[in-house]
Amino acid sequence: MPISDWFKAREGRRYTVASTDKAADLPDGVWLKCPSCKHTLYQGALNDNLSVCPHCGHHFDMPAYDRVLALADEGTFDETEALVSSLDPLRFSAAKPYATSLASAKEKTGLAEAMITGRALLGGHPVVLGAMDFRFIGASMGSAVGEKIARAFALAQAEDRALVLAIASGGARMQEGMLSLMQMAKTAAAAERLSRAGVPYLSILTNPTYGGVTASFPVLADVILAEPGALIGFTGPRVIEQTIRQSLPKGFQTAEFLVEHGMIDGVVPRSELRDTVGRILDYLCAQDVPEAAVGAVCAVPTEDGEA
Amino acid sequence: MARFVMEFERPLAELEAKLIELKALDAAAELHLDQEIAELEAEVEQLRVTLYQALSPWERVQVSRHPGRPKTQDYIETLGSDVFELRGDRTYGDDEAIFAGLVTIAGRRCVLLGHRKGKNTKENIRRNFGSPHPEGLRKARRAMLLAEKFGLPLVTFIDTQGAHPGLEAEERGQGWAIAENLATLAALRVPVVAVGIGEGGSGGALAIGFGDRLIMLENAYYSVISPEACASILYKDASRAPETSACLQMTAADLVRLGIADEIVPESLGGAHRDPGAVFAAVERAISSALDSLCGQEVGELVEKRFERISAIGVFTEGE
Repeated sequence: MPISDWFKAREGRRYTVASTDKAADLPDGVWLKCPSCKHTLYQGALNDNLSVCPHCGHHFDMPAYDRVLALADEGTFDETEALVSSLDPLRFSAAKPYATSLASAKEKTGLAEAMITGRALLGGHPVVLGAMDFRFIGASMGSAVGEKIARAFALAQAEDRALVLAIASGGARMQEGMLSLMQMAKTAAAAERLSRAGVPYLSILTNPTYGGVTASFPVLADVILAEPGALIGFTGPRVIEQTIRQSLPKGFQTAEFLVEHGMIDGVVPRSELRDTVGRILDYLCAQDVPEAAVGAVCAVPTEDGEA
Repeated sequence: MARFVMEFERPLAELEAKLIELKALDAAAELHLDQEIAELEAEVEQLRVTLYQALSPWERVQVSRHPGRPKTQDYIETLGSDVFELRGDRTYGDDEAIFAGLVTIAGRRCVLLGHRKGKNTKENIRRNFGSPHPEGLRKARRAMLLAEKFGLPLVTFIDTQGAHPGLEAEERGQGWAIAENLATLAALRVPVVAVGIGEGGSGGALAIGFGDRLIMLENAYYSVISPEACASILYKDASRAPETSACLQMTAADLVRLGIADEIVPESLGGAHRDPGAVFAAVERAISSALDSLCGQEVGELVEKRFERISAIGVFTEGE
């Protein structure tokens, strides 16, 4: 060993050598920067705050399991259909093979698919609860997501549980071609059946919700909520600007914009979601809907509560 | 009017031009080139067959967009009688990108819906190239409910690049309008026959584009995303659409294989615009036989079958 190396080795033993790489040698994801207010945030503190920036209230993406845990009454979430996952029916390989995208999404998220569903209690009400996970191929809807949603609707109807879905999605999963477009029809058909059965359905639109997913089951809910600042629309702003060269106003397609245009019922901060959904369910689940009122235009209760 | 030449037809067009030139020369100078003309004619015919008999997906997309291709309006004028157009969504306006009306077709009184592309620039501007705004889709929904209320079968013609991508469309709830149509179509208590006659662009197509039967013209396509948009997302290069149009499996034959479409109506060699009369007749026969088999069914059963048909679409696994 040359003498210079010996000195280096001794220094290594005596001091913690600062990494020569540009990035600090910290475990991944301990610190991160809020994209909105630029504050540096400790991941643990962010997790304790429902992934909402404590400084500016920016709502970060929320992993699906964190989402259901944040909504369900403690310890009540019981997952269903956990094994339903995607195949590669078209052997889609443009740019990047779909099979590779699926494998890396599974590894990255630990999920089998972009959506989880299950039974739970919410504000004491038995519900079917579902959440989409944007980290999994942009929570796009292919056959497996469509099937899980259709089964969630069917379960809600079979067990007379309200359905609560937290949505996030880039749209249809184009790697499954027409099979994924048809999931829009499939999930809308399922939503229509639940509605006809008179079982309550609430959707919570989170950032981002776009494309073929916006144009199907989420917006067919009885009550539609959205998180602050969430971007929600059918066609994304970049496509609009590129295709028809229209410049778009500030705040376009935000949750607040949608309230103004009459498309959703309200913007609810994440910290208040559980209570708000619970309060709405208190109304919609409280009384037995009289048989005659299901599907009727309007049920008018008489004084003794009978319709 | 000069014939519109699609990119892949160019070699044929050049050869045809040569033939015309040769014939003119022959006629003018009395050169007695009969032998040469016959040879060139045979060559043209040979090329026509090889060029058209096995079109690639991207070539079919070009055929589906051919300006001379028969459009919704042509089908109504040729096959329909006693037409009364239904206009307006009763909320905002009348979107000419969608036709809705009472039409007698294949011998039956029906409600007919269709995306309406224009024949020329002026018409296309009025009709927004067949790309509906929410009010167009809501007009369509109004017509669907009217069909249900009065027990009239619903026939739809699909021919759009997609729902309009724009500020006003978003403000008025494009996604909401599509979703409501999907829910309505899924449960409509009358027979629904959809016919893909040209372009089937994503949600804007689907919003009037499924039912108890899906009939596809041979060169019509139906896709989750346009091949150009898919290419610009995946490759950042829209010119790679020929590749993505194959990957997306969006041709009539693909759709039958995937269990989404039921039937393919063959087109004349080179596309429906070459011999529209034959295509009109074939489409009428397909609609007629679909309605014959659907109109006799008990309504509850019809709707249940449609629900099962839609619910069965998808390929996934439940294994580990």
